[in-house]
Amino acid sequence: MSKPKVAFYWCASCGGCEEAVVDLAENILDVVEAVDIVFWPVALDFKKEDVAKMPDKEIDVAFINGAIRLGEQEEMVYLLERKSKMIIAFGSCAHLGGIPGLGNLWNRESIFNRVYHEVPSLQENNQVLPLENASMNGHDLHLPEFFDTVKHLHDLIEVDYYLPGCPPTPKLLLEAIQTILKGELPPKGTVLSPDKALCDECDRNQSKPEKLLIKDLKRVQEVEIDPEKCLLAQGIFCMGPATRSGCGALCVNGNMPCTGCFGPTSRVKDQGAKALSGLASIVDYSDEESIQRLFDKFVDPVGTFYRYGLPVSLLKRKTFNQNPIQESDKG
Amino acid sequence: MYEAKVVAFFCTWCTYTAADLAGTARMSYAPNVRIVRIMCSGRVDPQFILDAFHRGADGVLIGGCHPGDCHYQDGNYKTLRRFHLLQRLLEQMGIEKKRLRLEWISASEGDKVQRVINEMVEDLRQLGPLKISASPVAEEVEGETEAVAAPAL
Repeated sequence: MSKPKVAFYWCASCGGCEEAVVDLAENILDVVEAVDIVFWPVALDFKKEDVAKMPDKEIDVAFINGAIRLGEQEEMVYLLERKSKMIIAFGSCAHLGGIPGLGNLWNRESIFNRVYHEVPSLQENNQVLPLENASMNGHDLHLPEFFDTVKHLHDLIEVDYYLPGCPPTPKLLLEAIQTILKGELPPKGTVLSPDKALCDECDRNQSKPEKLLIKDLKRVQEVEIDPEKCLLAQGIFCMGPATRSGCGALCVNGNMPCTGCFGPTSRVKDQGAKALSGLASIVDYSDEESIQRLFDKFVDPVGTFYRYGLPVSLLKRKTFNQNPIQESDKG
Repeated sequence: MYEAKVVAFFCTWCTYTAADLAGTARMSYAPNVRIVRIMCSGRVDPQFILDAFHRGADGVLIGGCHPGDCHYQDGNYKTLRRFHLLQRLLEQMGIEKKRLRLEWISASEGDKVQRVINEMVEDLRQLGPLKISASPVAEEVEGETEAVAAPAL
């Protein structure tokens, strides 16, 4: 029997997910032994044409990481969908939109404006905006479209499985590969990580008081963090209660709060709203003034609650261009 | 003309009873509100509110018991805290603060139900429709508003 053919591709991402594959360390030899890597631009010299030349559904499994920001990424995703039997969204960006998804707090216009007009280091009179098509000295130049809104993989295509994490841990990846190789596949659309909140596997869960209440919110740089005690009980906001487990509480074990990269469990529709709800519930004030004062310290609600999940959230992006008030509507 | 759509979550003990009272007293108020009866304002998961906006609501109104009056002791305080944090979040997401309103309305305040709903609908009329790009009904909103106005009469 021939070895299963595997492809890796990256879209809008930092490269950390590619690193996670290399982090398999000596286990990668077993993987390479078991599969045939047919496309992996970051490590091996294959080109888009090589994929385009393959017959449809030739690739057994395509691992795609990164969010969708550019037309080029969209094109590659559609190409890989056509050529692959199974698509795996690899990492937070493909799964939820990830850090690039926070770009949805702006739009193309405001990003271009900042980058090509307002940045102080720009030369004057050199404020050129990139064009998708341009002709110069008889050559036609083409740049991919820059989308207004960052999307996640499922916005474009059907995804078979999700490997969560920023990046997914080598353990999860290895387990996923073994599951696929054995053919013991869970239902389509499954997130390949336990469907419980992170607190469930967090060592500090024991230290959580029976009634968790806080009077103050602290940022990690403001305090010396007790390495044993539940972070929420210390007044440090932790996304653990609203985040899927499976990472082994890596950040918390490193004495840092969870930031939510595994996304929500299957029972939750909107991770940020759930985290917000949880935080509001444990604040020990009932008068408006104290509540306001405490939440004023919470400087970036979207960046905290939706650090990895803005494109999959219910609101998806910041709303721009609300209607100017129309005279006829006033009456 | 644009007619605002408001989803209202009213607690069954106070505000919903007040809305009932407004009805039996034949007080008229703007017909733009769809009332969802819940056991306690503390049951309003922030997901419900975002989902309402996501599905085309122009405003969300939450009605609960006055502070100290909650049937379940402190449900309305939870709502108050969620409301303030959610307001900050919505502001960052480009959604005007007036689109989410929290009011304490006791069972006897039918007139307050009338006043609050009328005020809110007027505020939303001034703001215009909420356009959320992720909304599955974004394209239909225009056509649908017509249908909304009709059965209200």
